[in-house]
Amino acid sequence: MSAVDERSFRNRSAEAFLHNPALGPLAALILAMVVFSATTSTFLTVDNLSLVVQQSLVVATLALGQTLIVLTGGIDLANAAVMVLGTMVLARLVTEGSSSAVALVAGFVVCAMLGAISGGLVTMLNLPPFIVTLGMLTVVLAVGRLYSEGNSYPVTDNLLGVLGEGGYLFGQIKVTHGMTLAVVMFAITWYALTRTAWGRHVYALGNDPEAARLTGIHVGRTRFSVYLVAGVIYAFAAWQALGRIPNADPNAFQTGNLDSITAVVIGGTSLFGGRGSVMGTVVGALIVAVLRSGLTQAGIDSLYQDVATGVLVIAAVAFDQVVRRRSR
Amino acid sequence: MTPALTIPALQARGLVKRYGRVTAIDGADFDLYAGEVLAVVGDNGAGKSSLIKALSGALIPDEGTILLEGSETHFHSPLDARHAGIETVHQTLALAPAMDIATNLFLGREVRRTGPLGSVFRLLDRSAMREQAQRQLDALGIETVQHIGQLIETLSGGQRQAVAVARAAMFGSKMVIMDEPTAALGVKESRQVLDLIRRIRDRGLPVVLISHDMPQVFEIADRIHVHRLGRRTAVVRPADASMSQVVSLMTGALRPGDPDAPPNLVDT
Repeated sequence: MSAVDERSFRNRSAEAFLHNPALGPLAALILAMVVFSATTSTFLTVDNLSLVVQQSLVVATLALGQTLIVLTGGIDLANAAVMVLGTMVLARLVTEGSSSAVALVAGFVVCAMLGAISGGLVTMLNLPPFIVTLGMLTVVLAVGRLYSEGNSYPVTDNLLGVLGEGGYLFGQIKVTHGMTLAVVMFAITWYALTRTAWGRHVYALGNDPEAARLTGIHVGRTRFSVYLVAGVIYAFAAWQALGRIPNADPNAFQTGNLDSITAVVIGGTSLFGGRGSVMGTVVGALIVAVLRSGLTQAGIDSLYQDVATGVLVIAAVAFDQVVRRRSR
Repeated sequence: MTPALTIPALQARGLVKRYGRVTAIDGADFDLYAGEVLAVVGDNGAGKSSLIKALSGALIPDEGTILLEGSETHFHSPLDARHAGIETVHQTLALAPAMDIATNLFLGREVRRTGPLGSVFRLLDRSAMREQAQRQLDALGIETVQHIGQLIETLSGGQRQAVAVARAAMFGSKMVIMDEPTAALGVKESRQVLDLIRRIRDRGLPVVLISHDMPQVFEIADRIHVHRLGRRTAVVRPADASMSQVVSLMTGALRPGDPDAPPNLVDT
């Protein structure tokens, strides 16, 4: 291959990654699975694979809302706190005798309202999302603790626990309702982002808000809708969380916000906005879960798992930068 | 054709815009006729961009009237002007770099599928948009881009400019305003953009060209609107004037009534 051919080949592969930023993370996921399957006897079993997916569900759902916000060039530090408050509302209302349907509606309303507050502050007062959600994180965490009155609330209700408990066997693999719900949610969000005008506007305003405004996109309205939708997604995450751990604890998921950002970034979505995909986020959440599971099977201490995850985050962003520079 | 007898595509009379004590537009007039390229020249700070903003709805004048094909109009936002068929190519181009050409051409004006797929599920008609985008590029003779799915960030400056111009020509039903379209381009790319401007004019769309590049203005403009101190000081034909005369008009070294001034097409 001549030097020119090689260069154009490298440019072309860089362009393929630009068009499809989830390709790199997907390759990393497959590589990790191959390595763990080869080095441990317990990784590649149907039970373990089902467990890996179940363990990634809550963070993956948080990361789905996070993806939308990051695509607009924002960041959400409060998502896990909002979700935890959602679990508190669901569990406490049921514990105090409400029907589970009423509790679910209340949980969704609370999470959506918190999303609307963040979105309103970002769009109407033009405040940086980092600051708004940092403030929201502190406030919502405190509200969750106040609302808990020092207790945690175990969930015995069928509907609230259904996402973790209920399911069916697909061949030998246990597919929980939570997995099915996550697949549906990711599919709907993928559709909205890639097949509707709204999705294109989300990407465009993350790319360059001023350009988006000049092309006639309602930048404020679109940005606000993203925070609102993310709030609704966090309510689903709360439901998923109760299915996974049937106990609402105001101190749970303390690193959920950072874990969701990790999944988004490893999935190839740019923190500068305008680039990325929900498919990447699925892969990003799975990579973290696979890494943790595989390293555990290999008998490696969980602190080293944190080290590995951290290295992966930096590697993902570095790779992203290299691809971007090469395409110029 | 004598311009004075036809109704201008766009006309403005006595526009005034003040910011506190600063007067950005000071009783400016403006006339654009069908099928012409009108260059707007003026020194920095003469109020060219304020005038253009008023015409494209980005700025609301305090006084004066704007007439679109003879009837008075009031633009409250750039969207109003766009709905009226006035497209602007901004100096920044207003393109989303991580998105492809077809997506950028239709940004903010996406086409949905017909039937319930479009009305209920909001499904975009991506193939129709791509086809239309391709047709538009072909019609304007933009052959330098390889395919409609290329991302903007992989294009050269000239190609990006061409995409922005193609978009304006596609949706501008009355006129296209271009703000310094060649300022950031090399010689060859500038030439391509000038060809593009000619092709748009030849298709019947009048073009307003704001430019600092005198040789370029003299090459392409049918008439030159000279702006000075917030108002139109003269309109001359490139054939009647020299570049240095136009520069003198811009700076005030020469006045429209002076014996050695080029013939002025308007009363000032």
